[in-house]
Amino acid sequence: MAVAKLEQLSQSVAQDPSMATGAVPTNDWMDIPVVFKPGNYAYPAKKDKVEYLDSQKGLHFPNAREWSPEDDDWKLPENWKEIIIDGLGERLEKFRSLKIFMDCCVRCGACADKCHFYLGTGDPKNMPVLRAELLRSVYRNDFTLAGKILGKMAGGREMTVGVLKEWFMYSYQCTECRRCSVFCPYGIDTAEVTIMLRELLHLVGVGINWILEPVSNSNRTGNHMGLQPHTFKDNVDFLTEDIENLTGIKIEPTFNRKGAEILFITPSADVFAEPGLYTAMGYLILFEHIGIDYTWSTYSSEGGNFGLFTNNEAMKKLNAKMYAEAERLGVKFILGGECGHMWRVLHQYMDTMNGPADFLEVPTSPITGTVFDNAASTKMIHVSEFTADLIKHGKLNLDKSRNSHVKATYHDSCNTARAMGLMDEPRYILDHVVDWVEMPENTIREKTFCCGSGTGLNTDEIMELRMRSGLPRANAVKYVEEKHGVNLLSCVCAIDRATLTSLMDYWNPNVGVCGVTELVGNAIVLEGETRGELDEGLRTMVF
Amino acid sequence: MYNKGLIVSGLVIFVLLVTFPIWFNGLDAGPLPKPELPPNGTKECVAPVAEMRAKHMQLLNEWRDDVIRNSNREKIVVAGVEYGKGLQLACMECHSNKEKFCDSCHEYAAVQPTCWECHITPTEAAKKEAQ
Amino acid sequence: MKYGLPLVAVIGLILVAWLGSMIPGMQYFFGVAIPYLAVLVFLGGFVYRVVQWGKSPVPFSIQTTCGQGKSLDFVKHDRLESPHTTTEVVARMALEVLTFRSLFRNTKSELYDGPKITYESSKWLWLFALLFHYSFLIIVIRHMRLFLNPVPEFIVWLDWADSMFEIGNPALYLTDAGLLIGLIYLFSRRFTNRQVRYISLSSDYFPLLLLIAIGVTGVLMRMFLRGGIDIAAIKQLGVGLVTFSPVITADIGSIFYIHLFLVCALLVYFPFSKLMHLGGVFLSPTRNMRNDSRQVRHINPWNPDIKVHAYSAYEDEFRDFMVESEIPVEKEPEPKEEPAEAPA
Repeated sequence: MAVAKLEQLSQSVAQDPSMATGAVPTNDWMDIPVVFKPGNYAYPAKKDKVEYLDSQKGLHFPNAREWSPEDDDWKLPENWKEIIIDGLGERLEKFRSLKIFMDCCVRCGACADKCHFYLGTGDPKNMPVLRAELLRSVYRNDFTLAGKILGKMAGGREMTVGVLKEWFMYSYQCTECRRCSVFCPYGIDTAEVTIMLRELLHLVGVGINWILEPVSNSNRTGNHMGLQPHTFKDNVDFLTEDIENLTGIKIEPTFNRKGAEILFITPSADVFAEPGLYTAMGYLILFEHIGIDYTWSTYSSEGGNFGLFTNNEAMKKLNAKMYAEAERLGVKFILGGECGHMWRVLHQYMDTMNGPADFLEVPTSPITGTVFDNAASTKMIHVSEFTADLIKHGKLNLDKSRNSHVKATYHDSCNTARAMGLMDEPRYILDHVVDWVEMPENTIREKTFCCGSGTGLNTDEIMELRMRSGLPRANAVKYVEEKHGVNLLSCVCAIDRATLTSLMDYWNPNVGVCGVTELVGNAIVLEGETRGELDEGLRTMVF
Repeated sequence: MYNKGLIVSGLVIFVLLVTFPIWFNGLDAGPLPKPELPPNGTKECVAPVAEMRAKHMQLLNEWRDDVIRNSNREKIVVAGVEYGKGLQLACMECHSNKEKFCDSCHEYAAVQPTCWECHITPTEAAKKEAQ
Repeated sequence: MKYGLPLVAVIGLILVAWLGSMIPGMQYFFGVAIPYLAVLVFLGGFVYRVVQWGKSPVPFSIQTTCGQGKSLDFVKHDRLESPHTTTEVVARMALEVLTFRSLFRNTKSELYDGPKITYESSKWLWLFALLFHYSFLIIVIRHMRLFLNPVPEFIVWLDWADSMFEIGNPALYLTDAGLLIGLIYLFSRRFTNRQVRYISLSSDYFPLLLLIAIGVTGVLMRMFLRGGIDIAAIKQLGVGLVTFSPVITADIGSIFYIHLFLVCALLVYFPFSKLMHLGGVFLSPTRNMRNDSRQVRHINPWNPDIKVHAYSAYEDEFRDFMVESEIPVEKEPEPKEEPAEAPA
């Protein structure tokens, strides 16, 4: 699906009649059916991937088949409705959040214009409140006294195939970024609603390939990209060659090494494609510089967890590899790379799902001796926490001028900001390695805007949608680009590094994207290096 | 995690708050106001009892406005009896004991009329005279 | 019409109480039976709903962090927005419940050609919501003068403070004005804000209209329609109700029964509606949890037993590649060829 030209899309966003531009649909939202056409949906999961996942112990991904959202008949199981209603009932019993969020919304509308999908598409069903109403209307109809008696008058509606299709459309136009939950007076979190919608849809075999293929890859090969152990190692080795070319220093990382002190896990995208590769080079240089005893793992070679975007069972199964591998290798603690949803899982879910990790020790920096009490139970720390502590103790030999070709800004990843509270560590690091400025106040920290392609929506067939939903972020970058000459957007998220690159190419082509650790790696003065002038830092082509 | 203890204690507090009047009164409705009937034995007033109970404050306001703001001191005649427009000119002539008449209901219903910020009660008047 | 039906419903309620209370003998039905029933439904329903919520666990630690979490010593921890201890959570919740902290953050976005999006602070909703809720709270507390005998000094003082400007006689309560102004703003917002208008349901208009009707009948009764409003008799009924000895000793005006009936309708409606946000706000997991999930393990009572895709299975599948790339393995591969001859 070709993406509209910049001028066309620019005009469309600001002028086409939409809820966001001031036009109100004349029909009630319940009476507007969804229409699937190329470009507005992500491709459904391939049959073999669903079959593979369904065959895995503890996972349930039924109804593998060939189908298309554009077809009238989605080949749902005969008793699909019963499955959905029962599934909803079961989840209401399992998640208090779901009950509260179904019952307490007063439709004050504070969330309405907080969603990047709403701002970019103007589609009223992308207002968080209405996205939740898609589920709430069915909940009211089948699970509340008022709805059972009054039906539509109480805002209830029957579960139909049309409703199911609507769920598919809009639960995949939400990146679970939680920006709306910051503004909600009751803390209603649309991410919880979207998570439930997606779980329910998987019960009847409705899911997208861009999520289920990485999940199945990750289960089998250890990472989303499907890199097999030798390829994973090769990829890292290529990076060490690049580093040698740039600095004259040969780094020799180890893999699956028993007895290492630290297990390092980062999103596999970092060893797979630009610009994540440069961030991975940053890690390698950083660890070489301080000389820690660490190992990579090919078995647990994925920091990210697309299971979070399917159901809690898949999330748990994939996440379990981290502790399993840490225990097998006998490390003391785990160090995690830069990633958003990875850290949502690690910070809020991992210990609950797969802990207690009593075979590990409370993370202690081998260089500074700092004890990371904030990770005393999970025993996993974020590379930004680790690095900020190193800088604070003066353990890094940094030459900020090596990043003088850069004027950076910083994008808070939704998950590290709103599901972890990691905001100032990366900023502290940036202060020491680069000249940088903040984007406008309402677009950073807990109010940060999503890249527009999180939760497995970073697939190319919905590129226009992604450019629309990423617009609020791009717009804020454009502001600092024009005002301060910003040319690099730094972040601590692997999905960001990939998706913001497409977003910048489209909206702000003069702005690049990097991980914070890339800037750290580039500023580090390695002992014995023979580094020349590198105009573009680690990105400089050296022959 | 259920936080059962917290939820139950929250609910107990809520129920106790909502039912506070029950505990406060302790099933005892307390004394009822018994406004003293005019000691001078008068039976008639400017309006029927029910109307006086509900609307006397508005009538007093009208009188005040008439007299003070409009200088209209014309007396009113009800059932052949002439009354001056005023708390002391009319009301207190019969209901001569503020404490036993006015205050009885006002205290019961926690009403704080502003009459006595200007007027003085017959009791006070008597005291002053004695001095 | 999303607001038509609620309007008809509220008018219907008013008519029922008005006509009904004029039928001889029905005063006890509207003044005693209905209030008892309403309070029972309210309390029972409220407790039932909260217990139903409580029966579902909070399986994961899903706090929304709205500020810097506790980490390194030199990184300033935002204790209110990213609470790490129970005390800090209590403080965060207090801000949320008492000052509507999250609503205070509200912004309004505008889309311009370019495209360019702006976000400006928008505090009206916060302001009027606060005005309405606090007015309502004070009004409820103030009404205790009709149920408590003797009336505690605090309530006497509140009553005095609320009517201190002495507008009209009996004096207008400021909170009555606050309540109605707040409600009218919230109601008109549902018409004028296109987004809110589009999402509003009958169940959003109904409680607003009901509350407006309650406020208006209250003000009318106090200040304008005083016929039959014998406050001593009304209090005698009020105190009678809470001491389980209710009596109606006077011919109380219809406006009183209408007001009371509407309040009863609100109490009955409350537990089965969105008004339960009163209880829900305390139970919202994104706000009432500590952000210490890496420090203290949160327990999920239904944590499913799901085994990892084992390392052994992984190595079995990729052992040859691993050996070839010099990645350590647990089990050496089967030798490809048998040694030619066993040593002698």
